[in-house]
Amino acid sequence: MKKNSFLYRVFDLYYDGFTHMTIGKTLWAIILIKLFIIFVILKIFFFPDFLREKSKGCGQDVYVTNQLIQRATNN
Amino acid sequence: MILNQLLDISAATIDWSRAQFALTAIYHWLFVPLTLGLAIVMGIMETCYYRTKKPFWRDVSRFWQNLFGVNFAMGIATGIILEFEFGTNWSNYSWLVGDIFGAPLAIEGIIAFFMEATFVAVMFFGWKKVSPGFHLASTWLTGIGATISAWWILVANAWMQYPVGQTFNPDTMRFEMTSFWDVALSPFAVDKFFHTVTSSWIVGAVFTVAVGCWYLLKKREQKLAIESIKIGSVVGIVASLLAAFTGDNSGYLVSKVQPMKLAAMEALYNGGADQDLVLTAWVNPFQQPDYAKEEEPPLKVTVPKALSWLSTRDIHGFVPGVNDLLNGYTSPQGKKEPSVKEKIRMGKKAIMALKDYRSGKKDEATKKVLMDNVPYFGYGYVKDASQLVPYIPICFWAFRVMVGLGFLFIIFFLVVGHLSFRKDITKYRWLLITAIVFLPLAYIASESGWVVAEMGRQPWTIQDMLPTWAAVSDLKAGSVALTFFIFLALFTTMLAVEISILCKQIKKGPEHSEIAAATEE
Repeated sequence: MKKNSFLYRVFDLYYDGFTHMTIGKTLWAIILIKLFIIFVILKIFFFPDFLREKSKGCGQDVYVTNQLIQRATNN
Repeated sequence: MILNQLLDISAATIDWSRAQFALTAIYHWLFVPLTLGLAIVMGIMETCYYRTKKPFWRDVSRFWQNLFGVNFAMGIATGIILEFEFGTNWSNYSWLVGDIFGAPLAIEGIIAFFMEATFVAVMFFGWKKVSPGFHLASTWLTGIGATISAWWILVANAWMQYPVGQTFNPDTMRFEMTSFWDVALSPFAVDKFFHTVTSSWIVGAVFTVAVGCWYLLKKREQKLAIESIKIGSVVGIVASLLAAFTGDNSGYLVSKVQPMKLAAMEALYNGGADQDLVLTAWVNPFQQPDYAKEEEPPLKVTVPKALSWLSTRDIHGFVPGVNDLLNGYTSPQGKKEPSVKEKIRMGKKAIMALKDYRSGKKDEATKKVLMDNVPYFGYGYVKDASQLVPYIPICFWAFRVMVGLGFLFIIFFLVVGHLSFRKDITKYRWLLITAIVFLPLAYIASESGWVVAEMGRQPWTIQDMLPTWAAVSDLKAGSVALTFFIFLALFTTMLAVEISILCKQIKKGPEHSEIAAATEE
């Protein structure tokens, strides 16, 4: 790849930037840990797809309809 | 909370779900305003470098960009948790609004990823790689990208408070977008955007001034500190005045769209013409006032007829109070506002029509009853009119904290600007200390604004159409409480880490380039 090409310059920007980071290394470590906690631990264990789980056997719209009507009639 | 116990869905589930959302939003909002505010400050500083070519300004720009980067990194993805909560804790609501929210949130995601991610990299890594002009453009575009992202989030929030550009489809059980532009450019969204962004600039400006004043107190980095304070004070004056202007417009729009919120903000129990604006009054912070019996809160200090002006742009204008809104009223122009009792009747009609329609009775007459009454759909879930009155003390005091601090900031920035441009600010030690004290106040003002906006619209998740107890998922309260405390621990840790890294970076100070150091000597 020619050093003057656009793609090389983009690659070099990121490569050089990442290798010469100082505070950025700490920040990236924090970002990765945070993303792992949010998207792996929290999402999988604490935030399931509630409607999909509850509406097995009927459509999600049917489940929501039943919930909304039931709560109004019980009210 | 006591009212929730009347409901069949667990009161604890509603309260924990609300508390969890509030906690996440409040923590998320600790990161966002500084990002939006510092974006302006660092953009101006790099513009100074671009115009003067002085290495000093490059060092100053890089210093503020580093602080921006720390805050930006800590804030990344904190808002995603709100979306998780929508899906799990507020699943009825999410299903109903999915079609409306999909577009703005998708646009936000794409812009945030491509625009911010691309230009942030150029801003941090590109000082020696790209031309000064392209670098300057990248710095500004980083800030513009963050601001545009905020636009789409605020569009979604504004829609919940003023649901325009939609129609309810009983076949899909969804609110469907009829006009993208009505949603994206609703007056409520536009004003919310400008008020939120300008108030965020205030946070950035106070932060800049406070950091500069800390250096002056420590007798370090004097040139950087004074130039930063000057820029911070100018940004602060402009932002404070714009926030006051947009705040006034916000009050006007709230009076039209959410009159109960305005009545709660003003502790206005019985409305009428020629209404005064309350500067302060004794509203017990720990108890909902007995608005049905009390004429008005005691010890009121007011600005004559200013509330009428704020709400109607006429000093004699009619402003409804809490009791007017509950009992119904006829405005001086002859417009009749139905009572809550009538709205509940219409809401129940809509729900019954929906039940019939979904049971297979899909004739035009049933659909017409549903569509005619759907604007009051949420009232069908209301048992007692008092459920429709937000907690007045929080709305009243949070509004006064926000506005009071807003005016204080105008004076503060004027004083700081005067002393930094015209005098030797290093001699005013009291001001340097005051500036540091003002930093938490800026956050308190910013968060108070959200407290007014969100507590004032209770109990609605979608104004008039869906109360919290119909929107919430049928979850066990214990599981929501557990995630509440996990978030509390997670966010508090992140905040502590951010403050620690920011303080470390500030203590370290800017990296002086050799040329800049030589010039200063």
